[in-house]
Amino acid sequence: MPLIEIRWHGRGGQGVWSGSAVLAYSAIKAGKYAQSFPQFGPERLGGPVTAYNRIDDKPIVDRGPIYEPDIVIVIDPSLLKPRYASSILSGLKSGGYLLVNSDKDPAEVRRDLNAPENISVWSVDATSIALEEIGRASPNTTMLGVLLAATNLLPTEYLEQGILWRWPGSVGEKNINALKRAMKEARVDPAKEVVKV
Amino acid sequence: MAVQKYGEQTVMALNGDEAVAWAVKQSNVDVVAAYPITPQTIIVERISEFVHNGEVDMEFIRVESEHSALSASWGASLAGARAFTATAANGLALMWEILYIVSSTRVPLVMAVVNRALSAPINIHNDHSDTMGARDSGWIQLYSEDAQEAYDNTIMAFKIAEEAMLPVMVTLDGFTISHTLQNVSVLPDEVVSNFVGERKIPRIKIPTIYGEKEVPFMLNPKYPITFGPLDLYDYYFEHKVQQNEAMKATPPIIEKVHKEYGEISGRSYEPVHMIPYKTEDADVVIIGLSSTMSVVRKVVDQLREEGKKVGAIRLRVFRPFPAEMLRKELSNFSTVGVLDRCISFGAEGGPLFLEIRSALYSSPSKPATVNYIYGLGGRELPPKLIAKAFNEILEVRAEPGTPIVKYLGVRE
Repeated sequence: MPLIEIRWHGRGGQGVWSGSAVLAYSAIKAGKYAQSFPQFGPERLGGPVTAYNRIDDKPIVDRGPIYEPDIVIVIDPSLLKPRYASSILSGLKSGGYLLVNSDKDPAEVRRDLNAPENISVWSVDATSIALEEIGRASPNTTMLGVLLAATNLLPTEYLEQGILWRWPGSVGEKNINALKRAMKEARVDPAKEVVKV
Repeated sequence: MAVQKYGEQTVMALNGDEAVAWAVKQSNVDVVAAYPITPQTIIVERISEFVHNGEVDMEFIRVESEHSALSASWGASLAGARAFTATAANGLALMWEILYIVSSTRVPLVMAVVNRALSAPINIHNDHSDTMGARDSGWIQLYSEDAQEAYDNTIMAFKIAEEAMLPVMVTLDGFTISHTLQNVSVLPDEVVSNFVGERKIPRIKIPTIYGEKEVPFMLNPKYPITFGPLDLYDYYFEHKVQQNEAMKATPPIIEKVHKEYGEISGRSYEPVHMIPYKTEDADVVIIGLSSTMSVVRKVVDQLREEGKKVGAIRLRVFRPFPAEMLRKELSNFSTVGVLDRCISFGAEGGPLFLEIRSALYSSPSKPATVNYIYGLGGRELPPKLIAKAFNEILEVRAEPGTPIVKYLGVRE
């Protein structure tokens, strides 16, 4: 597996950093090298926040923000507006993935953001799933389900381990249910030319 | 100590702060004193959790300021405890007075410093202005490249400090290391515990009413000793020279501890004081500290593919400054680029640059030197800017005597 770089967009309090930490933990448990870090700044509840992941089979030398991600995850539907499109799509590689929390059809999301044809757009109503399964609007683990649906990045069992590491017990189990539902319910509007990660 | 071969290491997902806290947890530390709010980091938060959960036999002292944090750690260490504290940026600045007192009383304290910019304006991000400002305070300084090295350096620091009888600062870049979760190979508790052992306190002879007696060099009500009393123009100067000699005698200790640590962990970071990368046939090199250097190595690889003879050197030990080693290492290059993540107001370049130029002054073939001051307040240094610096120094054939000081990544 080559280096995979992921950028998360959301708002403070939605668990952007936790989501990326769970992903890195899961990748490390799966025997890979990984990094997880937030866009460095004081966290503000409700303010836009960014987090990053790097995952590779070999030790990672890169540091700092990711300028050209392979995958972008948007966990806040209110960011899916034309005025945020340039920051969300910034540097997203051809053949890459845009994974969004939205009750809209992925083709509609693509139109809304005027996203390029060479990326796959996946959507799931992660907020509703999180509310139903976990009882609160924390769609980060749900979005990890979309990641698993869209790519073969990691076996599901490692994500389950990662979720239970972050939220032991019943809260973790509920998050795992949300992840599994998202894996089934995620919908795709494929790229014109799909490049599998 | 019987050498234990490494084997059973656990790969954990830890950020730099947690990696340091884990090392402290395993290193038989008796006392941690800390001031718990910003700019403090997760390091002491994790340690306080270990104490709360009864996972360690350690006293955690919550104090009212960073000045008190270092004072309390100092006192504990004088009383024979193995002590640790952690700070960052303005917290370190507030410790200033006590930094010198710790080193001058030869206390083997270990302190992790998360490198963050100094106010004003307020900035919580990474640069090296905090620890660079403390470079003359008599502490050994180890700069870590990532969370793994922060873990390893912390464990080694206790041993280095106690053998050298000097305090050690373990630094890690704010956010870039401190808040980045990554793979960290962690040794079993008992392996670390055996490696650092119990603190051995040297014994000194003191006069008592019963005649001369050998006692441990520590605060002890039975055999009172005063540390750091009044010492005017009669002996102060001699004591400072001795302190400097003690610091200059540490490189063999630092190397020995790294070698021993390599035997239990497989990570000896040889050749210890600095780590060269693709320098054998290089025309030019860039030298710098900490996390930036892994990205510099990546850029070296890219430029090598273009046929450019470039290399990198990461300095790990800034104090004591390995001038003689650097002179040997750097003399063969035509140009040396020096990365400083720190500004020294009014000086002819950054602190690392000044010391490297000074070391090269007595080299027979003086390479040209170019200083790049970068990354203040957490400003990013993307690979393309590092490549720009390399391409510049490949072109530069400055007169060796002429310093060139530039800013990298600043708005013009």
